[in-house]
Amino acid sequence: MTSGTIVIDQERCKGCGLCPTVCPQHVIHLLDDQLNARGYHPAALVDPEGHCTGCGICAVICPDVCITVYREARAARRPVMA
Amino acid sequence: MVATLIPPIEMDVIYERPTALSPVHTHYCPGCTHGIAHRLLAECLDELGLREQTVLIAPVGCSVFIYNYFEVDSCVAPHGRAPAVATGVKRVLPDRIVVTYQGDGDLVSIGAGEVLHAAARGERITTVFINNAVYGMTGGQMAPTTLPGQKTTSSPAGRDIRMTGNPIRMSEVIAQLGGAVYVVRRSLHDVANIRKAKKAILTALKVQMAGLGFSLVELLSTCPTNWGMSPPEAMEWVERHMVPVFPLGDFKVTDAVKDL
Repeated sequence: MTSGTIVIDQERCKGCGLCPTVCPQHVIHLLDDQLNARGYHPAALVDPEGHCTGCGICAVICPDVCITVYREARAARRPVMA
Repeated sequence: MVATLIPPIEMDVIYERPTALSPVHTHYCPGCTHGIAHRLLAECLDELGLREQTVLIAPVGCSVFIYNYFEVDSCVAPHGRAPAVATGVKRVLPDRIVVTYQGDGDLVSIGAGEVLHAAARGERITTVFINNAVYGMTGGQMAPTTLPGQKTTSSPAGRDIRMTGNPIRMSEVIAQLGGAVYVVRRSLHDVANIRKAKKAILTALKVQMAGLGFSLVELLSTCPTNWGMSPPEAMEWVERHMVPVFPLGDFKVTDAVKDL
């Protein structure tokens, strides 16, 4: 049951690999077989079973501010960077 | 070609890019914590509604192009002279929020005199000090903050303290000065510390809004490229090697700041 999701701006992503190391649900992966226009392997949300909770921890560590975090309305009570 | 994702508009936005950051690509290397520090500063400027009245003083170093990345007025200072330029801007335009953003090569080495005297005079400015223990822009040479034994391009056998001295803990030095009212060290190596760093920047800006005196936030940062590590390894290296030498904490928080 999905309660949140993220959208990664993959053209802005530099493939640094920090967000996969912090994701508590382990649903972010670098796309090793794809390149963006700048030649980086971008990160992607690979979450077919809907484990992402929209906790926003990936957005806190992302150095390139390419992650937008969404959460279902009823769960959206606590801001990410309070 | 990477597929473009469609935003899930039926959900609430929990986090999005701060408006004080320009919608451009940065020139920083992958995993560089300059990006995190930029974002935290931008979020703080947005939250306090300071974007229209802030003047950002860029240093010399990797962050020299900071004027391209923030939607605020800015000005570049000669190497190390950001606190001196900030002093002039703040004295001429006292209603502006003046922030300098400096690296360790800029602030601790060539600019050590400027920041010490600005702090001693109690200039009502805020300094964000990025400490990553090397000169990043010029290729990873030894800086005054390089750890004993740390290998850099100009200390290939490791920093020899008998020859080149010990790292300078600049926040502790500045905390001794009368005009400094808020001096803290935070780290950007994990999510919990990034959140603490944001609170410190927020407090430092509030100190300036209240006109209390000089405020400085030191942020331990990474330089994955010049350290020769992957970004996650560099984060771990900060925690394991830098934090013991540069302990995190509050070195000066005056009573007036605590009352904010």
